[in-house]
Amino acid sequence: MRILALVIRILRQFIHDKRTMALMIIAPILVLTMLSLVFNGEELKLKIGAVNVPNAMIERIEGNNVTVTKLEATEDVKREIKENDYDAILNFGRSENEIHLEGSDPTINKAIVERIRSSMGSEQTEANMAIQYVYGSSEMTTFDHFGPVLVGFFIFFFVFLIAGVSFLRERTQGTLLRLLASPIKRWELVLGYVIGFGLFTMIQSAIIALYSIYVIDLKMEGSFFYVLIITLMLALSALTLGILLSSFAKNELQMIQFIPLVVVPQLFFSGLFNLDTISDYLSWIGPLTPLYYGAEALRDVMIKGQGISDIWVDVVVLIGFSLLFIILNIIALKKHRRI
Amino acid sequence: MSITKRYGKATILDGIELSLQRGEIFGLLGPSGSGKTTLVKLLCGIEEATEGSVQVFEERMPDLKLMKRIGYMAQSDALYVELTAKENLEFFASISGVKRAECKERIQDVMKLVDLEQHLNKKVEAYSGGMKRRLSLAIALLHNPDILLLDEPTVGIDPALRQKIWDTFEELRKKGVLILVTTHVMDEADRCTRLGLIREGKLIAVGSPDQLKTNTQTTTIEQAFLTYGG
Ligand SMILES: Nc1ncnc2c1ncn2[C@@H]1O[C@H](COP(=O)(O)OP(=O)(O)OP(=O)(O)O)[C@@H](O)[C@H]1O
Ligand SMILES: [Mg+2]
Repeated sequence: MRILALVIRILRQFIHDKRTMALMIIAPILVLTMLSLVFNGEELKLKIGAVNVPNAMIERIEGNNVTVTKLEATEDVKREIKENDYDAILNFGRSENEIHLEGSDPTINKAIVERIRSSMGSEQTEANMAIQYVYGSSEMTTFDHFGPVLVGFFIFFFVFLIAGVSFLRERTQGTLLRLLASPIKRWELVLGYVIGFGLFTMIQSAIIALYSIYVIDLKMEGSFFYVLIITLMLALSALTLGILLSSFAKNELQMIQFIPLVVVPQLFFSGLFNLDTISDYLSWIGPLTPLYYGAEALRDVMIKGQGISDIWVDVVVLIGFSLLFIILNIIALKKHRRI
Repeated sequence: MSITKRYGKATILDGIELSLQRGEIFGLLGPSGSGKTTLVKLLCGIEEATEGSVQVFEERMPDLKLMKRIGYMAQSDALYVELTAKENLEFFASISGVKRAECKERIQDVMKLVDLEQHLNKKVEAYSGGMKRRLSLAIALLHNPDILLLDEPTVGIDPALRQKIWDTFEELRKKGVLILVTTHVMDEADRCTRLGLIREGKLIAVGSPDQLKTNTQTTTIEQAFLTYGG
């Protein structure tokens, strides 16, 4: 009953505070859209050099924003690429057909390789084609690759901030003490917050996920339902962590200071950067952060098309985080009232 | 049993011994920073004494069952300003356990009392300071508490309405409600059944307004207060 009252109150506050509501839904959408445009926006113009490539194949590769220039055989492909600004050089006629990619832009790499594969006749098998990178490697990500991470990150970011600030305001405006002077139990208070914000977060996550997949056109191999479950669980952990940390902040500004300390570092360990290269001194941090699991599960579903059997561990860990934070919240309220 | 309250090393309340009866209006007087608010918070269970204990109806505070019977009004308004007055009232009514069937009627009653019925659907942001005070008072009265703890309830309220509110206190008192108010207004002090004078965390005098005046051989509470303080 009291929990219901809290839930209704929180939802009413959202309805009255249109700006916050808009911020929580529109801001992530806006940032994701911008990022997708930054990474995938323009039509690619590809400049390819060809050494000993049959004319028939050059014709097939050329056209549609791709130019192919015939080159003399050269030993120093790397210099050729650097000096004449090629995106790639094909070097055929050796024992192995080679593609040298400039390599710094994963989008271009992918486009070139796909182009060449599709223009090769069936007589050429992939086995005798070697891809070499002048810069970077095939491990480099594209927006498709880190899109799921960013979806998770922005949901986490905004839910953390809004939930934290709301609970903080509850304290600074005196209503928390006023509530604790009423017969409400501490767990009812925390649960009311979790459910009230949880309901709103559910809508928010659904809209952001729908938008990312159907409008921004992020790669989506798996089931949308799993994406919803993962984002919701991730949002719950953000919500409960935000409320918890708000009790260590004196004002809104201090709450915002938690973002570079607590939220942004999670991004570093969430697979946006290659996890293998993280120094051993730091790599233990990743598994302690909710985003690590959320991002992994989102990637599994969206990129690899995996199902519940592959993501359930991540989801369970996220639920574990939320439960832990909920319990810590109930304990933290003891500071204000013993019972 | 006496209570002492310290924040860190500072002793805010020092050996206060006080027992309050149902059916009285107890006025707490004292200079700013003397510890009135702290004492009220101890009584309503959101602070606990460093030494000693607060007992209400033979039970030790804080106790959730007792809290249901207490109506508390904090010195600073604790309201959700982005919600309307009605939404605030509905929320606090369910939190303090007002039955749903009675809720609407109770809201009408208390809002009538503080003269805010026509502003029920206004957002609290749009309320004036005095209106917020009145809404806070209305919220404290919502669930028909047996004990009312009111921290400076009439600040910023005009004399006519203040009169009306005190008439209500008087009615509630007759019904057996215990009311504790802190105040700086001397004519309010005269309407209390008993007064407690508090200074630097010590309760320096307790008694009915007339007793206090007689003891100090003065004619007004103000003079009595100054005499005790001096
Ligand atoms: N949370 C706290 N931590 C430390 N000191 C506090 C705290 N709350 C109050 N105090 C101190 O306790 C003393 C009494 O404060 P209190 O609010 O009870 O005074 P008051 O009598 O209600 O004053 P006023 O009439 O101005 O409302 C003050 O000196 C104040 O500085
Ligand atoms: Mg005070």
